[in-house]
Amino acid sequence: MQEESRTLFDPTAGSPLEEKVLKVKDLTRLAREVLEKSFPSVLVEGEVSNFKRHMPSGHLYFTLKDDEAQIRVVMWRSDAARVRFDVSDGMKIIVKGRISLYEPRGDFQLYAVSLIPAGQGALQLAFEQLKKKLEEEGLFAEEHKKPIPEFPSRIGVVTSIEGAAVRDIISIISRRFPAVELVIYPVKVQGDGAAEEIANAVRDFNRLRKVDVLIVGRGGGSLEDLWAFNEEIVARSIYDSKIPVISAVGHQVDFTISDFVADVRAATPSAAAELVVPDRLDISESIQSAARSITRAVVQNLDRLRLEVDRLSHHYALRQPLLLADQKSQLVDELTRRLESESQHSLELKRQRFSALELHLNALNPKAVLRRGYSFVEGPRGIVGSVRNINVGETATVHLHDGVLDSQITGKHEQER
Amino acid sequence: MSKNAKQKEDLNFEESLKRLEEIVETLEAGNAPLEESIRLYEEGMMLAKSCVTRLDEAKLKLKKIQKNAGGALEETDIEN
Repeated sequence: MQEESRTLFDPTAGSPLEEKVLKVKDLTRLAREVLEKSFPSVLVEGEVSNFKRHMPSGHLYFTLKDDEAQIRVVMWRSDAARVRFDVSDGMKIIVKGRISLYEPRGDFQLYAVSLIPAGQGALQLAFEQLKKKLEEEGLFAEEHKKPIPEFPSRIGVVTSIEGAAVRDIISIISRRFPAVELVIYPVKVQGDGAAEEIANAVRDFNRLRKVDVLIVGRGGGSLEDLWAFNEEIVARSIYDSKIPVISAVGHQVDFTISDFVADVRAATPSAAAELVVPDRLDISESIQSAARSITRAVVQNLDRLRLEVDRLSHHYALRQPLLLADQKSQLVDELTRRLESESQHSLELKRQRFSALELHLNALNPKAVLRRGYSFVEGPRGIVGSVRNINVGETATVHLHDGVLDSQITGKHEQER
Repeated sequence: MSKNAKQKEDLNFEESLKRLEEIVETLEAGNAPLEESIRLYEEGMMLAKSCVTRLDEAKLKLKKIQKNAGGALEETDIEN
């Protein structure tokens, strides 16, 4: 069969074709064989028209043309699946394929095995196309973005368990704010099936609902390596996530579709780790500062009480408590000085001081003050801080360290100011 | 009192910090009654101490999620 056809065609074989009457099917078969042998692989550039994706087969059919000519192009589904960008009419592309002939219709056709956009890379084009599509759909909308919690207690990480990314994240969080739980969901981050694994992991985290925030990413690589993060399935899983997502893909300069759809884009996995937790030194500092504020406020309140006690004790000629008041005044002064010099010291010193401060404050505890001979008076309208707060004839409760005295005001004398 | 202590045990880090801030504000406003100020002071100092301790002593907990043989998701501890 094969022998015969070669003989028929071969002009040197001395068997002129024109002397033989051929059937149509023989001729088309011969022509097909000639074409297939002569053009096993060609690259041809042209403009796409009449583009159709046949469903459900998934095969692509279109015409490739230029100003002078055109050719039918067929691309089988298995080859079409590897085309990352969307083909449309008017697009200039380079088709790689083989020439053949479709015998039932006698059509001369180009069977494409790959398509390359003319002018720019296929991945670049696919990126632009998906970005445009998702943007129009509102997947990047600011109003959809969720805030990242200030103090997450459980952080989910979707990345490769082997990469540098996961090591960087672990080491930075350990250093900055180790009071958290890091839940790693190992996935493939490049190659076949990576996008599906990443998207499934994001969805699984949403089903489990045990983490407060998600980091989704990987370390640097080529555009091809980072490609999974440009896949629609990943973008949609991030968009659908009820858990806030920080994307952390590649290096500073790499932007992926995931970055646009995520609630926050971190330039690198390390940056994501810095962003997701506060620095414990800062937090420690603000806790110390809160402790100082509380202490200062209480000291001031006690000071005010002391003045009132002073005034009363002066009137009633209670010399002993006055002496105590002087001592306490000194203590307050010293405490204030100590509080103010805090800022120049290291954190470790602050921690020590923090305990010292507590000791001082215990000494200032009003209960201890009462034990030293002070008392305070509670009238019908609360604590009597001034002689003006109570009237002659009214009853009052005098609080001592070991109990109360019921009393009645028989007279009052306001001190001149 | 024991009920209060229990509540404080249950506060997570963020809640503790929020509570601490509230206490600072109340005490700085200066109009809490004496007994209340003392109680707040004690609560605040306790919170501050427990937060600092938590920060100092915390060690990162690492876990890994995997599908088990049955296809269900499983969480396991991993070494840091």
